Amino acid sequence: MKRYKSLRLNQERISFLIDYKALLTFLGLLLLTVLVFVLSTGLGEMNISPFSVLQVFFGGGTEMDRLVIHTFRLPRIIVALMVGMGLAVAGGILQGMIRNPLASPDILGITGGAAVAVVGFLAIFSDKNHSLTVSIQWLPVAAFIGAAVVALLVYLLAWKNGVSPIRLVLIGIGLMTLMKALTTMMMVLGPIYQTSQANIWITGTVYGSNWNNVKVLVPWIMLFLVIAFIYSRAVNIQELGDEIATGLGGYVQRQRFILLMISTALIGGSVAFAGGIGFVGLMAPHMARRLVGSDFGALLPVSALLGGILVMVADLIGRTLFSPLEIPAGVFTASIGAPYFIYLLFKTRNA
Amino acid sequence: MQLLNPVHKWVGLFIAILLLIFLMCASIVYGYTDTTWKMAIDAFTSFNGSNEHIVIESVRLPRSLIAAAVGGSLAIAGVLMQTLTKNPLASPDIFGVNAGAGVAVVIAMTIFGAGNLELFTWLSFAGAAVAAISVYGVGSLGREGLTPMKLTLAGAAMTAMFASFTQGLLVINEAALEQALFWLAGSVAGRKLENLTVVFPYLAAGWIGALLISAKLNVLSMGEDVAKGLGLNTGLLKIGIGLIVILLSGGAVAVSGPIGFIGIVIPHLTRSIVGIDHRWVIPFAGVLGGILLVAADIASRYILMPQEVPVGVMTAIIGTPFFIYIARKGFNGR
Repeated sequence: MKRYKSLRLNQERISFLIDYKALLTFLGLLLLTVLVFVLSTGLGEMNISPFSVLQVFFGGGTEMDRLVIHTFRLPRIIVALMVGMGLAVAGGILQGMIRNPLASPDILGITGGAAVAVVGFLAIFSDKNHSLTVSIQWLPVAAFIGAAVVALLVYLLAWKNGVSPIRLVLIGIGLMTLMKALTTMMMVLGPIYQTSQANIWITGTVYGSNWNNVKVLVPWIMLFLVIAFIYSRAVNIQELGDEIATGLGGYVQRQRFILLMISTALIGGSVAFAGGIGFVGLMAPHMARRLVGSDFGALLPVSALLGGILVMVADLIGRTLFSPLEIPAGVFTASIGAPYFIYLLFKTRNA
Repeated sequence: MQLLNPVHKWVGLFIAILLLIFLMCASIVYGYTDTTWKMAIDAFTSFNGSNEHIVIESVRLPRSLIAAAVGGSLAIAGVLMQTLTKNPLASPDIFGVNAGAGVAVVIAMTIFGAGNLELFTWLSFAGAAVAAISVYGVGSLGREGLTPMKLTLAGAAMTAMFASFTQGLLVINEAALEQALFWLAGSVAGRKLENLTVVFPYLAAGWIGALLISAKLNVLSMGEDVAKGLGLNTGLLKIGIGLIVILLSGGAVAVSGPIGFIGIVIPHLTRSIVGIDHRWVIPFAGVLGGILLVAADIASRYILMPQEVPVGVMTAIIGTPFFIYIARKGFNGR
């Protein structure tokens, strides 16, 4: 059997090279994603069998099951899936662009910018009785603006006859430290009940997601995922280094800017609805690389699915393991992510 | 402006020490409670139990001493780390040492509750040591050895990891949140004199140790091979540097929480004043670090009066532009 199949459409204007192994892996993971999705919808305070869950999905099921699934479970799980996909793809792009396996949204300060915006939002828009003066619906907007501002700032400050990956990383780290200081300051100065609210948000949770969130998040993430997949060949070229990429005819700087913007859009959207769920952007692309190799055409879709699975599982554990206590999903992604990260550091010592 | 003549350096050091003493006195006198210089002197010569005198003796004095000690320690730790790693951005906070000590102290707070200063100090040392060793180890793994990029990324990633542990612990244990947060912000306010006396022996040992090895640091900074050729036991020296760094940064974090950027800003500033001879850099860095932190602490009282900005935030605001400047300058064309 051949390893690849080339697919040509529209008189060869659109062409793909399909890697059979990657395709199989992708389909397998897709199946796993659906499985986790259904299981996770069924499990919780009230257990619903996977069969009944499917019944509800296709319009059947009992009144009670429908209520639980439609109003509580489904929006939350969809948000978890989307957030995981967004963070994983953003992480994959950043790793390819910076050519370092340790780069991730958390480290570049983009998540930190969103955190400052959220804490600032909670601090600025509360009155004397500590209730919010504007609708909490605006919180994601603030988070997104924060992420975008920091990403732009990192990009601009790293610009010096073009942007080099190392400057991008260093300046990202510098800004991240500043953002962390600002977040802590606002939390210390703000009222205590908001402190714990802000802290839960920073740790990352999909608790309390509703259909309105889903309606905003799904189109946003989907749009940028598609753009990212189309643009993935640019990441492939970027990974070869500036000289070779230029030699191959890539507009290195322009591509770098577009890639940074795509990942910011994905991170901003995810962080806006789920807070700083850490380590997903780091782990998922690595796992994907182990499965399908480093061609980004295959890597990005696979890491998207892995990211979705990770966050869904983390959320499932968070709401069932210590029930009725809710543990933010971010705690679990961190506790899987941290050991994985150490393993990774050891593994990639010659990279 | 670089001081070349040893006489000028002695004079410079003397002036810097005077400035530090002046700022420490100013730190005792100026603040939310109105006090005058005369009151401050009276508080020590003829204590009369008035509110102002109590504020001066039990709040302002420890605060000013702690700020000076912590600032000096962090700056010297920064010098040592930059020499050891040959990386202009190395410093306790970028290395993740602060975050490591931070998570250790938060664990102590959640498990044992607050209060046991000895324990905090030891755990803080342990956390600092774990972080420093793992970042150094991870950063120097592999064929290329210790590249600035790898070191910085490893440090940042370790910091991210420790931060999410801290975060998670605080979510689970909300009672510890307020207390821990205050400490985590990095502040020299609200500490008692005992906080300092517990760690002072370690800090002082670190200072003296740094001064003793300063001549050897000059040899090491010529490169590992040259240093070996000149008969220096580099392995032993590196272990010594590591120990001193852990003593200084672990001790500083135990008292004041993670205060960033002093370890980056001050060594560079010092080198631009006295050159690269470590026998001068280390004492100067210590004094200048103290000056910076005491000054930042005084400023932090006035920015949002009557509330105080944690001094860690102040140093971050001063330090970030500087960090970015070095990052842009130091890795030209890479």
